[in-house]
Amino acid sequence: MGLLDRLKQRLTRTRSAISDGISGLFRGGRQIDEQLLGELEELLYTSDLGPLAATLVAELAREHKRGEIKGEEDVRARLRQMLLERVAQDTAEIRFEHKPTVILVVGVNGSGKTTSIAKLAHRFRQQGRSVLLGAGDTFRAAAADQLEIWASRNGASIVRGKPGSDPAAVAFDALEQGIARGVDVILIDTAGRLHTQKKLMDELGKLRRVIERRLPGAPHETWLVLDGTNGQNAIQQAKLFTSAVAVTGLIVAKLDGTARGGALLGIKQALGLPVRYIGTGEQLELLEVFEPEAFVSALLEPAS
Amino acid sequence: MFESLTQRLTQSFSFLRDKKELTADNIEEGLAEVRAALLEADVHFKVVQDFTAKVRTRALGERRIAGVDPSQQFIAAFHQELVELLGPKDARIDFAKNGPTIILMAGLQGAGKTTTCAKLGKYMREKFGRRPLLVAADVKRPAAVEQLQVLGKQIDVPVFHVPGLTPPELCLRGVAEARVKGCDLVILDTAGRLHIDQEMMEEVRAIARTVKPTATVLVVDAMTGQDAVSSAGAFNTALELTGVILTKLDGDARGGAAVSLKAVTGKPVLFTGVGEKIDDLDAFHVERMAGRILGMGDVVGLVEKAQSAISEKEAQASFEKMVLGDFTLEDMLGQLRMIRKLGPLKKVLGMMPGIGSQVGALDIDDKQMNRLEALFTSMTPRERLQPDILDMSRRRRVARGSGQEVGAVNDLLKRHREMKLLMKQMNKLGLAAQFGGKQKEAALKSMSGTGELASGGAGGGFLGGLGGLGKGIGNLFGGGGGAPAGMPPGGMSGLGGGGNPFGPRPMGSSATRKSGKKKKDKKRRR
Repeated sequence: MGLLDRLKQRLTRTRSAISDGISGLFRGGRQIDEQLLGELEELLYTSDLGPLAATLVAELAREHKRGEIKGEEDVRARLRQMLLERVAQDTAEIRFEHKPTVILVVGVNGSGKTTSIAKLAHRFRQQGRSVLLGAGDTFRAAAADQLEIWASRNGASIVRGKPGSDPAAVAFDALEQGIARGVDVILIDTAGRLHTQKKLMDELGKLRRVIERRLPGAPHETWLVLDGTNGQNAIQQAKLFTSAVAVTGLIVAKLDGTARGGALLGIKQALGLPVRYIGTGEQLELLEVFEPEAFVSALLEPAS
Repeated sequence: MFESLTQRLTQSFSFLRDKKELTADNIEEGLAEVRAALLEADVHFKVVQDFTAKVRTRALGERRIAGVDPSQQFIAAFHQELVELLGPKDARIDFAKNGPTIILMAGLQGAGKTTTCAKLGKYMREKFGRRPLLVAADVKRPAAVEQLQVLGKQIDVPVFHVPGLTPPELCLRGVAEARVKGCDLVILDTAGRLHIDQEMMEEVRAIARTVKPTATVLVVDAMTGQDAVSSAGAFNTALELTGVILTKLDGDARGGAAVSLKAVTGKPVLFTGVGEKIDDLDAFHVERMAGRILGMGDVVGLVEKAQSAISEKEAQASFEKMVLGDFTLEDMLGQLRMIRKLGPLKKVLGMMPGIGSQVGALDIDDKQMNRLEALFTSMTPRERLQPDILDMSRRRRVARGSGQEVGAVNDLLKRHREMKLLMKQMNKLGLAAQFGGKQKEAALKSMSGTGELASGGAGGGFLGGLGGLGKGIGNLFGGGGGAPAGMPPGGMSGLGGGGNPFGPRPMGSSATRKSGKKKKDKKRRR
């Protein structure tokens, strides 16, 4: 990324901060009334917060009636607080306590699994770890090719099977080789599957069991990649994937557009899963550790 | 799981039963439900506001139809409004009059463009006899070109790509290549791009300027949330879209994005992607989509399937048998086969109101159907007509013939007795009368006619007919783990004018039998 691009990006962020959605609501010295609260609810809904938007605004309305909330600053502070309470979590960055640390990556079609794995591999390589990728997506045409190209750019090694072969076999091979070569991290890609496809979800369960049998305690992490532009369906995805493979964390991809991934809050509320990383662009470096503060700020920005 | 809007509305309107009609006051509660349902379905907030206002006007403006309860009338108004918003019904891609038809496909990353290109190519060749050429112009994502090439090989459609060219050049050369090869349809697969990425948006604009596509299609993930409005708006401004293809509709996303898209861009949905196989592309049906967003299930689709698969005579004969109480194993077999004609059971159940969204979680195995059918076909015609003669010796023979245990035969006979009893009870209670005379005619007619959803009186009979099918599945299949457990009571009758003669025993009742069978399975394995 060039200097100019970096600068541009920073400027965008600054601009967003200035035109914070809540400031917009109070522009012209407006007082808190039903209409303003309605507009606030809209702001929250358009961030994909779902039913939570109504809950939050109802709480604000109650507190306003009791006289606890008076102006813009109170609303801003209280809302930020309420949202932060809901996304708060321990540090997101993974700790490598095992060697190899095996990470299984799952998600629906097109959520960004393969790209996220490439970014993770890049990140771990930058940290000086050796990385092996298991190309477990044997279904989608050329998925393994895609991963192989990323692997060669990253300096990671890759294990792949024939198209249509058993993903569990690929995972097993990846573990065999990873253990033999003494790598630090094994990232296992899987084919995208809609959470409603029972058979494909069962296949994930099998994949997990095969990994566990080869290396007891593995996979040490199972991450669900969510498309940040998805709405309320993301909650359903998280529920069903969690029940099929015991998801331990989330990666939210595609948060570089105008979508703000508010569905995360619903997932947090329902399942309490920590968010590990967010994807904020197409370049390999653009994978960031999830920061609750920054996320909440982004949620409160106005719709563009 | 999303609660079906139908049920929710029926609950919230239950107080209306004593009153005469919808009023400005009592409609608000229903509208709140509508609003919640649309937001749950990811329809954009602003669109929801406008829409509820319209429904209010329409619902209040209509006179109450006798015999239809207000909640149903309200849903009907809602459904109609939704259909109007999603329409027109006959949106399609027009072919070019001269030269090859060029379709430019664009969209965000991961929406499903590449897969959809292949599906569309196959669809156009099979339905319209076109000779498609796919152009791989996504040079950004690693291996995107290879992906399209592999898909092209699978469907036997040529794929054009020259390494080193820019996407606009690729597309232009692709069109020229089509002329040379005599292809009359060119589908351009472009890279996924963010609507705020100026550089990439300029690239796709450049493609459009260079090749002047006949149609420009935006590919949208059905799971998209509120942001659908900003991305689709930006693409529409940049590209003058012809329409939209909504992908991944085989999941449980309600697809409210379709509503937002139409409201914001005015561009219709042309096709829907409904599965991972290359055949899984459907023309868009406004009524079905409206039903899906409302959580009503794809009733229209099911009726259409039933129409093409089951002859009217068959259906009528079967209903008559049921009404007469002369329900033999032969009839039961007939019903089983009728249901099987509709396609894989999972797809059929998935289209039923109230259970559609639950089907995915169920383990439905069409092999169970085979086993059931084997039981029937191992009997002699006389045994099927007079099940009473099936003594132990005959049962053992049937079991051997079908390669199953005697228990399975007993199970089947027990279920047959239950079904028969139910028919008799219905007769006594006069419930079956709904199937006689006018009601029956209506039921049969709407099975073959264009089943307009919940349109006055016919709706009742029509759903009653479906209810019959549903119960058929439930009964035939109860032991096989087919009928979804825990389907809410009355789910089948929720929409129609109480025309479901099987109301007292909803399909979910087979859940208990299901568990019983499971135990038996275990014993057998030991």
